[in-house]
Amino acid sequence: MAKATAKAKAQAANGVPAFYVTEDEHAHSGGSTMLGFWLYLMSDCLVFAVLFATHGVLGRNYAAGPSGADLFDLRLVAINTAMLLFSSITYGFAMLAMDKGRQAAVQGWLVVTGLFGLAFVAIELYEFAHLIHEGATPMRSAFLSSFFALVGTHGLHVSFGLVWMVVLMTQVARRGLIEANRRRLMCLSMFWHFLDVVWIGVFTFVYLMGVLK
Amino acid sequence: MSAGNQADHHDAHGADGVPHGSLRGYVVGFLLSVVLTAIPFWLVMNDVLGNATLTAIVIMIFAAVQIVVHMIYFLHMNSRSEGGWTMMALIFTIIIVAIALAGSLWVMYHLNTNMMPTDMHRM
Repeated sequence: MAKATAKAKAQAANGVPAFYVTEDEHAHSGGSTMLGFWLYLMSDCLVFAVLFATHGVLGRNYAAGPSGADLFDLRLVAINTAMLLFSSITYGFAMLAMDKGRQAAVQGWLVVTGLFGLAFVAIELYEFAHLIHEGATPMRSAFLSSFFALVGTHGLHVSFGLVWMVVLMTQVARRGLIEANRRRLMCLSMFWHFLDVVWIGVFTFVYLMGVLK
Repeated sequence: MSAGNQADHHDAHGADGVPHGSLRGYVVGFLLSVVLTAIPFWLVMNDVLGNATLTAIVIMIFAAVQIVVHMIYFLHMNSRSEGGWTMMALIFTIIIVAIALAGSLWVMYHLNTNMMPTDMHRM
């Protein structure tokens, strides 16, 4: 009602009839970005749920090939988990620096976060290369197909997160901590922490439970 | 929820009114995550419990708790953000994920059990 009254007043003032809503209160830039991005993350969650379900069904179909207990090096997985956890808290520090408007600190923490993320991807690629070298390729068994699909999808997400991080660091360097860049940093923050949540599922269900007999 | 409570938490909000957490929150979340990650790895690597089924159940509980810790301390989930819609979306997703996971495992387990005798020689 209030909006209609305001519109009528605006029309009366201009003397020009308006045929569309010129001031939509929901349309201001970035107002619903966080909710929209959260919905994207939830749909990504469903992607991972399907991959987890596939691994849950096929995870013991070794086709007389190697099992998780034969293949997985839990010390390497523990180091990988630590890398992702460190990168989560350093991204948190970047967000705290952003709240205080300290651009140099934001960039510094983003670099640290990026390096931890890069270490994670590097260790995972090393692990994959090692598995494939031993003949444990995705083609070997249903277990390995679902393993590479699930862990590889997570690794791809982290890799794209790193690309995004570099892009945002460039944006912040050029434009500073403007409203749009703060919003983008918040989206990447949610994405990054979300990937850490997915990794909890990966190391628990794929690695730790894969090693259990 | 009260006005006083909101004033207390005002320092944890950015200019746009979205909470980004506090240093204390991140550190507490990080320390809890370290503990909740280290214990499952220790249980499995040293075979502390000596029983695979029991170990699996215990590490799944640790994973569930750690996911909640991440949601609260890192993703700043609460029932108030975006007018409660993030929480609604999360609950909806959890229901769908639970149906997809439980349904797939249940159906495929029974399929394997029931089809195994006739299917074995073809595999």
